[in-house]
Amino acid sequence: MKTGAQCIIDGLKRQGVKTIFGLPGGSVLDIFSELYHSSLEFVLVRHEQGAAHMADGYARATGKVGCCLVTSGPGATNTVTGLATAAMDGIPMVCISGQVPSSMIGNDAFQEADTTGITRAVTKHNYLVRNVDDLPRTIAEAFYVARSGKPGPVLIDVPKDVQRASTDKTTPKELSFRGYRPAFEGNSKQIARLAEAINKAARPLLYVGGGVIAGDASRELTALARKARIPVTTTLMGLGAFPETDPLSLRMLGMHGSVAANRAVSECDLLISVGARFDDRVTGKISEFATAAKKAHIDIDPSSIDKSVTVDIPVVGHAKPVLQKLLPLVDKGGHREWLASVNAWMKEFPFSYDTKSSQLLPQYVIEQVYELTRGKAIITTEVGQHQMWAAHFFKYTKPRTFLSSGGLGTMGYGLPAAIGAQFGKRDALVVDIGGDGSTQMNFQELVVAVEHDLPIKVVILNNGHLGMVRQWQEMFYKGEYSASVLKTTGRNRVENIPDRKPGQYLPDFVKLAEAHGAVGMRVTRQSEVKSALKKAFSTPRPVVLDCVVSENANVYPMVPPGASLIEMVHSMA
Amino acid sequence: MKHVISALVENQPGVLARIVGLISGRGFNIESLNVAPTQDAGLSRMTMTVPGDDRVLEQVMKQLNKLVDVVKVTDLTQRRYLNRELALIEVAAPAKSRAEIVGLADLFEAKVVSVQSGSLTIQMVGEKEKVNDLIEMLKPFKVLDVSRSGVIAVARGEQVKP
Repeated sequence: MKTGAQCIIDGLKRQGVKTIFGLPGGSVLDIFSELYHSSLEFVLVRHEQGAAHMADGYARATGKVGCCLVTSGPGATNTVTGLATAAMDGIPMVCISGQVPSSMIGNDAFQEADTTGITRAVTKHNYLVRNVDDLPRTIAEAFYVARSGKPGPVLIDVPKDVQRASTDKTTPKELSFRGYRPAFEGNSKQIARLAEAINKAARPLLYVGGGVIAGDASRELTALARKARIPVTTTLMGLGAFPETDPLSLRMLGMHGSVAANRAVSECDLLISVGARFDDRVTGKISEFATAAKKAHIDIDPSSIDKSVTVDIPVVGHAKPVLQKLLPLVDKGGHREWLASVNAWMKEFPFSYDTKSSQLLPQYVIEQVYELTRGKAIITTEVGQHQMWAAHFFKYTKPRTFLSSGGLGTMGYGLPAAIGAQFGKRDALVVDIGGDGSTQMNFQELVVAVEHDLPIKVVILNNGHLGMVRQWQEMFYKGEYSASVLKTTGRNRVENIPDRKPGQYLPDFVKLAEAHGAVGMRVTRQSEVKSALKKAFSTPRPVVLDCVVSENANVYPMVPPGASLIEMVHSMA
Repeated sequence: MKHVISALVENQPGVLARIVGLISGRGFNIESLNVAPTQDAGLSRMTMTVPGDDRVLEQVMKQLNKLVDVVKVTDLTQRRYLNRELALIEVAAPAKSRAEIVGLADLFEAKVVSVQSGSLTIQMVGEKEKVNDLIEMLKPFKVLDVSRSGVIAVARGEQVKP
């Protein structure tokens, strides 16, 4: 006989879990009591949102299922943003939450929340375990659901009495689902049709998303592109799926994509989407998206096919087996003219910025991070301008090296994700690139890095603004900076904040880092960046580098919202 | 175009909420919804009437299929199928119009299941359109209350295996 709490710890070990992120509370004390005697590594966070993002960062960096453990009520509701982030990006995670005793459910008990109700829309699946006999099977099912098909977060809500009750049930040898049978291989006829289309195409283009990384198919994709000589563009989620240093790479596409990638989409005659979902930030005006092209779509999720764009050749299956079957069927490609045009666009319109500026520009900082690490780092980001620059000025060559909240766009993701990634990849250099707005959102988790001696680096591109909001207000809202200023001067009247000392930035990130036990450094001039980064990278402790950068830098090129991909804005001028 | 969607789902707590949440969360509409157990105690059948074009329907079906608790989804409108709806209709019936209302019910093969002073309650089982027709015909007499089961449906002559 085992208690529910023992079943949970045993179940996690059986699933290969090594590290759990979380925070205890009244409804999970039985599990924590069991954890106390176990061999699992527990990471005590300071806010449950941090736990969810750490589990997510761990999962993205390693490909394993991330795991977090939180208490009922606020513990569980605090993970909602983290679960939604993982759900949007298809990241495998299992979150275990405590629940008030079964007899109290529905009574508005202390720290009670309808956790399965609240998280239903932000998880791939969730469970409320009402009987301890169901617990061993539920844990095994949850991990299977989280990692199979299109991966996603799964939550298991366990009432306190179920944790304490005993059972003789064990994990079943095989799981059986009547309604869950994710497609794996891909239909051979459809794959043959796709191969034929590729062999006939004069101007093919591969449009690659996070599914190639989740499906561990980066090698197969690279082999296909190189054999058939097809240029490759990736989504934000797809960065690292194909080496951006390869001459076939057109870098990222979409709203802040490269000119070459967006032109290629508009001019290709065959668009092959692999593990991407025709997101609105990628397609721009949908009626003008890739109008000249026949469209093929390889995806594990049948619902993503024909969701926003009607495709001619759908292939439902995992990217890896589909690409493996496809590879021998495609001819060695030439596409000389096509490659010459896209290469010319790449040359003419690289991602660029004003290198002659006397100010410290944010793009320069990222370029230096790239050069000093020689591209060998795991980059996590927060969300905003810096996230786009991190996509532009760092070239990703390996999967699982760019961890960013693509779908949900969660500010506050990068710092805890960096910690999670470092737990999964102890030897990697993990750098969180953030802005001054979003880095504050989960800054408290820095103490976790300090406690565990995780040498993560937090590079803050501090422009005193919510930069992307400021950019949109500059471009589309007559330059009226409503609530997007973070400095203590120049605040809008509605905020009722008097001007203080000019140029004062709050908080002081150097002091804040030091208060958390980390190393804090600041640069304000371009000439200081290289040596500061060198010092940060060689310091075996967590470092926060506050880079006070130009306030006015914008992310270009940009496809204005609702415009087609060829209507790119290159600068304000 | 209205589609009748039949879904076999695991008979688990929260399944109804999951499906309704998915449909509303993705901006689809449901016109009617009926849930009840099947011959297999572990499974329930949900019958939904969903308005929308083929594209909307395809998404509804795909999204439903993604749910772990959903075993099978069928768009019955694409097949040979039977649909029925049960309605209980209370209609004002002073003595002078009673005979006429009973006659009307007879024409629709509906039954008077309760007689009150001043009103009759009629039970009607039939295709949704027939139920609509009867209610229309009863309107001049003043319909006091209506409760409808929503459409239930099965495919004809093909066993829908779980």
